[in-house]
Amino acid sequence: MTDTLAVEQLSKSFGRHEVLSGIDLTVAEHEVVALIGASGSGKSTLLRCINLLEPISAGRIFLSGEEITRTRNVNAVRRRIGIVFQAYNLFPHMSVLRNVTLAPRDVLGLSKSEADDRATTLLDRFGLADKRTEYPDRLSGGQQQRVAIVRALAMQPELMLFDEVTSALDPELVAEVLEVIRELAAGGMTMIIATHEMSFARDMADRVCFLDAGRILEEGPPEEIFTAPREERTQQFLQRIIEAKRL
Amino acid sequence: MASEGDRRAGLEVDRRSRLLDGLRSGGEGRRSVAIALASTIVFFAVVVFAITHAPGWPAVRSQFFSWHEFKSTFPEIARAFRLNIKIFCIAEVFILVFALFLAVLRSLPGPVFFPLRALAIIYADLFRGIPTILVIAMLGFGAPALGLSYVPTSVIFWGIVSLVLIYSAYVSEVYRAGIESIHPSQEAAARSLGLSRAQTLRRVILPQAVRRVIPPLLNDFIGLQKDTALVGTLGAVEAFQQSQIDTNATFNFTAYLCAAALFVAITIPLARFTDWLIARDRRQRQAGGATL
Repeated sequence: MTDTLAVEQLSKSFGRHEVLSGIDLTVAEHEVVALIGASGSGKSTLLRCINLLEPISAGRIFLSGEEITRTRNVNAVRRRIGIVFQAYNLFPHMSVLRNVTLAPRDVLGLSKSEADDRATTLLDRFGLADKRTEYPDRLSGGQQQRVAIVRALAMQPELMLFDEVTSALDPELVAEVLEVIRELAAGGMTMIIATHEMSFARDMADRVCFLDAGRILEEGPPEEIFTAPREERTQQFLQRIIEAKRL
Repeated sequence: MASEGDRRAGLEVDRRSRLLDGLRSGGEGRRSVAIALASTIVFFAVVVFAITHAPGWPAVRSQFFSWHEFKSTFPEIARAFRLNIKIFCIAEVFILVFALFLAVLRSLPGPVFFPLRALAIIYADLFRGIPTILVIAMLGFGAPALGLSYVPTSVIFWGIVSLVLIYSAYVSEVYRAGIESIHPSQEAAARSLGLSRAQTLRRVILPQAVRRVIPPLLNDFIGLQKDTALVGTLGAVEAFQQSQIDTNATFNFTAYLCAAALFVAITIPLARFTDWLIARDRRQRQAGGATL
């Protein structure tokens, strides 16, 4: 069976600064992969490259076996990959419902009633049914992020990317967003999650990749990475995380 | 996001209108109002006294402030002023559309669109650089003189064309500022959902950008409203030209005052409306509510 995503020798430089070098990563269907690593290790850039939001310097990316790196139609690729950002990036001039239905209607060509039905079902499922007519400013950070997830899901993507989606949230709002991701995983969604929430990564992920200075230094099942990391850098990183939690 | 809004709100509390400064301070309120009232009366009394006791005042009064002249010239000038309003309304529609087109040209990314971007920049530089009255004179006298059968000869037509050309240059800059004020993350979010560049512009960027620049847009339209008087220099009988005709006939300048009063009657409400919009926008942002 072909993997949902295969990244081969991906490199990305901003000017002379190499942010990603020689990344190899595969994600099977229904698999949940967590990306961990310090800020600036390249997690966000990797996700943006996969979604073709950043042009890559070298390497190839395959989506369900089809190469997307040299595609002529980036829009057709992006509609198959959902991404959720740290800062939600909802459209402030649109109601929650319109935020969710915009792309299904304009990109997939769904009728208003089809798109509204699809959006309403998703909003219901994630406890946002009563927020349909609200504008993003009126929602809490956690609610906004859940709407952003729903907005991406409404495109029925083959792969979801989560870029530190809880980092901008107040601590008491983190759980509601993680709950949504947990439910998606239970439903079999293929996902890559860049996160600082180590316990979440440990619970959720089928596989954990540790990024350091633009390379995947170590990868494996969570119990292995978190309890018996092979690389010294991984050990140091986890040590710092443990210390920070103690403080 | 919320914290950014809060910070902005904090700054803007201090930026409230200075007109009523110090008149709202609690228990001392009544005393402040009394002081403001007294100082206003004294100030205007002094000004009126100084003017009316100037040696040339009687002559000025009969030349500029003749009630009789005002009454007799007002109806005609008011009728002519309808042409100003017509010019303004027609020009405004074309300006809004053409300027938006220019602004969008200028925001096109990538090397392929370099010529279009360059053209838009040259256009804005050129038409902001030439005095309005020169463009009106060149087009108004020059274009009909070409004698081409398919080119309209109406000076009003060419006056409107001139105003559209000039004001579009200004207004396109206003639009551009609005477009550039939208955070790139909005574009990233839209593109990540599979929207094309054009769809992103139409659905996400422009609606937000235009909303943000409504006050400066209105400001430019106050200027446009006044500049309709320049079309009179081509011979079109609008309010200014009519007042000049009256002045020449009677050697009395009260007709100018008539025209000025008519312009002010339109521009002041427009200015107040602009301020009201700005204030409302600020209030809504402070309340953290949804805007528009």
